[in-house]
Amino acid sequence: MFTVIWRIIYYGIKNFWRNAWPSIATIGTMVIALSVFLSLILFNVITKKAIELIQEKIDISVYFKPTTSEDDILNIKQSLETLPEVKKIEYISRDKALEIFKESHKEDETILQALNELDRNPLVASLNIQAKDPSQYALIAEYLSSPNLSKFIDSLSYSKNEVVINRLVSIIHTVNQGGFIITLILAIVAGLVIFNTIRLAIYSNRDEISIMRLVGASNTFVRGPYVVGGILAGLISALISIIIALPLVYFVSPYLKIFIPNLNFFSYFVSNIFLLTFYQIIFGVLIGAFSSFVAVRRYLKN
Amino acid sequence: MIVFQNVWKVYNNKSVALEDVSFKINANEFVSIVGRSGAGKSTILKLLIGEEKPTKGKIFFGQYEVNKLKNKELPALRRHIGIVFQDFKLLPNKTAYENVAFALEVAGRPSSEIRDLVPQVLDMVGLLDKARNFPHELSGGEKQRVAIARAMIHRPEVILADEPTGNLDPFHTAEIINLLLKINNLGTTVILATHDKEIINSLGKRVITLENGKVIRDEEKGRFILV
Repeated sequence: MFTVIWRIIYYGIKNFWRNAWPSIATIGTMVIALSVFLSLILFNVITKKAIELIQEKIDISVYFKPTTSEDDILNIKQSLETLPEVKKIEYISRDKALEIFKESHKEDETILQALNELDRNPLVASLNIQAKDPSQYALIAEYLSSPNLSKFIDSLSYSKNEVVINRLVSIIHTVNQGGFIITLILAIVAGLVIFNTIRLAIYSNRDEISIMRLVGASNTFVRGPYVVGGILAGLISALISIIIALPLVYFVSPYLKIFIPNLNFFSYFVSNIFLLTFYQIIFGVLIGAFSSFVAVRRYLKN
Repeated sequence: MIVFQNVWKVYNNKSVALEDVSFKINANEFVSIVGRSGAGKSTILKLLIGEEKPTKGKIFFGQYEVNKLKNKELPALRRHIGIVFQDFKLLPNKTAYENVAFALEVAGRPSSEIRDLVPQVLDMVGLLDKARNFPHELSGGEKQRVAIARAMIHRPEVILADEPTGNLDPFHTAEIINLLLKINNLGTTVILATHDKEIINSLGKRVITLENGKVIRDEEKGRFILV
């Protein structure tokens, strides 16, 4: 038994080596297909980060009536924090609001003068609320408009931005869903390309397969070396695709940073390189082994 | 040892390749099967190794009833048989040595035994010095000798030779036939399918003559007679 397994592996490697040209052609196609697979993974990382960035920008602000005490506001903040939908709440006191206002209008002399002429702070306190998921803003807005809360509240920014937020929500949803479907389709296409390449390589070996059968080789013994070859091609192609991707990611990374500042693409790639290589190897080896297995079967009939 | 019992083989429900063929071959016999192309010689050999299934009838080989074997059980049967083909059927990506060794490897024989046996057999067919050559580097006669070495190395009970000299010149033909006779003298049954009149008449062994899928003659010390 051990002898048979050893011979199968030995022949798998030896045939792979001796049929250098077909092997290189197979690896070439597999590298391209696996690169598509890899770029799908990376593309999903990029869109995820971009969506995160957009989501950070969305929030709703609750402006309180000037008569509302700070304690009441902090109570409301606490009660909001118990909501499962809420991710983060920032309290902006009247003083802080004034500070922010002054800071953003520091160039504008007239406004600053007008402010100084007032003897009291005209700005109101507010809470900035971020939801875990943008589709949950409607729920939070609804919670805030309940009668026992709305008596403290002057206005909600949500009502003003509702349309924009809803549109963003639907865009994010579409991108997520569309991305998944495209990933799925392209992964299947990549798989089929590899499958066909291996099928063709084995088709050219059909006479050999029938000879092996006639000499008395069992199906396992005929098929084994081809499966080993498929695994080998998958392994080598996976490593090559990662090696090719490394410099590409390095060059693209600074350009991506301009659009998506929260993403350091290259360091993401480097710190996840083992996981990514692992995915590539799993995908390559599984499809290589499976394709060889299926492709040989047709010639094992008699 | 080998028995064909009222065997019929019909392809596609209409073209009859074998019609009620019956014969018996004993151990250590040297039997020639002769007939024109399409008379059914190759079909008989294909049925014997289970490459084709008979439409009707039974085929026995030793303890096996060949017509009942499943695809998975065929390799075991074929390890009792050595086959030599007109087109050699060597594995192009393996050297002469590896081609011969392959027949032992598929049977799961230990490597030490393979290292001992292969050079012996290659020496017997006179190709020890070409052991490392690939089939495309060998002449037709040399290829056929490699094929014979492969067919006999696992000491099969029977060697089937399907037009083994069809692609060879008279000199190499004589060489191959002498090898087959030598193997037969060592105690192996040989079944030779051929349409070469010279060979048959010089052998003076048992001849089964086929015509249009029927056995028309089966005689000891037969001669090649076709009308």
